[in-house]
Amino acid sequence: MSIHDFLAPPSVSCQRAGPNDRIVMSSRVRLARNLKKLPFPAWAKKPDRLRVLEAIQPAVESLPQLAPHFAVAMDDLAALDKQVLVERHLISREHAAKGAGSGLVVNQEESLCVMINEEDHLRMQAIRPGLQIKACWQSIDAVDSALESKLDFAFTPELGYLTACPTNLGTGIRVSAMLHLPGLVLAEEITRIINAANKLNFAVRGLYGEGTEALGNVFQVSNQMTLGESEAQIIERIGKALSQIIEEEENSRALLLEKKPNTVFNHIGRAYGILANAHTISSKETMNLLSLMRLGVDLGMFPSVDRSLTDELFLLTQPAHLQRQHTEKLGAEERDTLRSDMLRERLRTVPRPQPPK
Amino acid sequence: MLCNVCKQNEAKVHLTQIVGDKMQKVDLCEDCSKEKGVVDPTSYSLAELFLNPAAATAAASTAEPEAPAPGSDVRCPTCGYSQADFKKAGRFGCSDCYTTFGEGLETMLKTMHKGTRHTGKVPAVFQQSRVEAQKLKLLQKKLEKAVAEENYEEAAQLRDEIKRLKA
Ligand SMILES: [Zn+2]
Ligand SMILES: [Zn+2]
Repeated sequence: MSIHDFLAPPSVSCQRAGPNDRIVMSSRVRLARNLKKLPFPAWAKKPDRLRVLEAIQPAVESLPQLAPHFAVAMDDLAALDKQVLVERHLISREHAAKGAGSGLVVNQEESLCVMINEEDHLRMQAIRPGLQIKACWQSIDAVDSALESKLDFAFTPELGYLTACPTNLGTGIRVSAMLHLPGLVLAEEITRIINAANKLNFAVRGLYGEGTEALGNVFQVSNQMTLGESEAQIIERIGKALSQIIEEEENSRALLLEKKPNTVFNHIGRAYGILANAHTISSKETMNLLSLMRLGVDLGMFPSVDRSLTDELFLLTQPAHLQRQHTEKLGAEERDTLRSDMLRERLRTVPRPQPPK
Repeated sequence: MLCNVCKQNEAKVHLTQIVGDKMQKVDLCEDCSKEKGVVDPTSYSLAELFLNPAAATAAASTAEPEAPAPGSDVRCPTCGYSQADFKKAGRFGCSDCYTTFGEGLETMLKTMHKGTRHTGKVPAVFQQSRVEAQKLKLLQKKLEKAVAEENYEEAAQLRDEIKRLKA
């Protein structure tokens, strides 16, 4: 069975709903763990990496929390499949670049995903739709507790869990949320929000993490400090910041509708016009326009459309997902044409947007 | 904004650097920046500054080529990693590197984190040993007291209990 037969298709996975999912696309808690005495992945030679993989993978696979799961060695995955997993936010771009000695275990719900031999021996993540960072923590905490009796984790009472990079030392936790913030971007308030988050020592990144653009007005907010604060304190602190950003986004949307309704309707109407009628379109333009259409859905301008449609198209129009739907190898230009064909087809029955009543 | 190192004075020197996969911002007061040998904020290495303070200060005070600072050729006995490797990668070679390169680590951690001591989750084995150590301490105190009070029957009982706990 391939990973694509195992995972739910985007038309199903994008239906998963959660609290505040109008703005929070997903929540995630990641823990970094390493085995004692064995070299970290970047420094380890292949036999050591394989030893670590052989020790960790069965331990992870034995956990009832992950059932049913799919496990695979990274060198057994085709480059295209890895890219699909990146687009689905199941693995990092760093992990996609790994080969022999690295592995992946993911459950069918895509709520738990474990990367073996990424930057650390073990990077386990709990992922949920909407704002659910506490539930993510509880779920991954349980996985970690179950694993610590099977694996010898590198830990000292003073420094906590020892990680390859000292920036992850201590709790090894990264709590993050993926936020859709078109209101703050349109209102030109986003820089102020990013600066405020940075002041509180939270990182704000683009769609695919580290050093990526905020395509489609999607931003990832995460903690940077991992030592000197407990997991609960970190979650409490970032939870407060996220609630504040959600409130600011809602305020921006309300204010835009009140002060510049014509500008907002113009953006959304044009986005729909291009998406529904283009004959060639890049993935970048698609993401930015789908973001505006998603905003239109939120504002009630597409009464017949569910938000899951824009989220599904957001995923299906990305390069690897698009390539997967075709057997022949596509060039960038062909992709842009096929992308526009799909968008026209899927939006054929969607009536054009109306100002909300 | 307060200085990241002393957490007392107003920060006057602001530095940015990539450590590992993260952007690291360091804000130092004038005293701490001098002490760390920060002369030119555009050309410094966090790892160099903090893991090898002697070398950094030497480099800052004299332009002459220095003999390698003491300790710079130390290798981790477990994984063979050197300080030069750390400077290059910003990451360690194995968990024992935290002991090998422990000196100066605290200053670096201060600039990265809220604190320098772990206050989060503890694996169950450590929790148990922590509880047992506390219990042992208490029993030993009781034993001393019993002996001092010539309460030999109780002392014998306590000794048995300690023996059992240590086994
Ligand atoms: Zn200072
Ligand atoms: Zn080492």
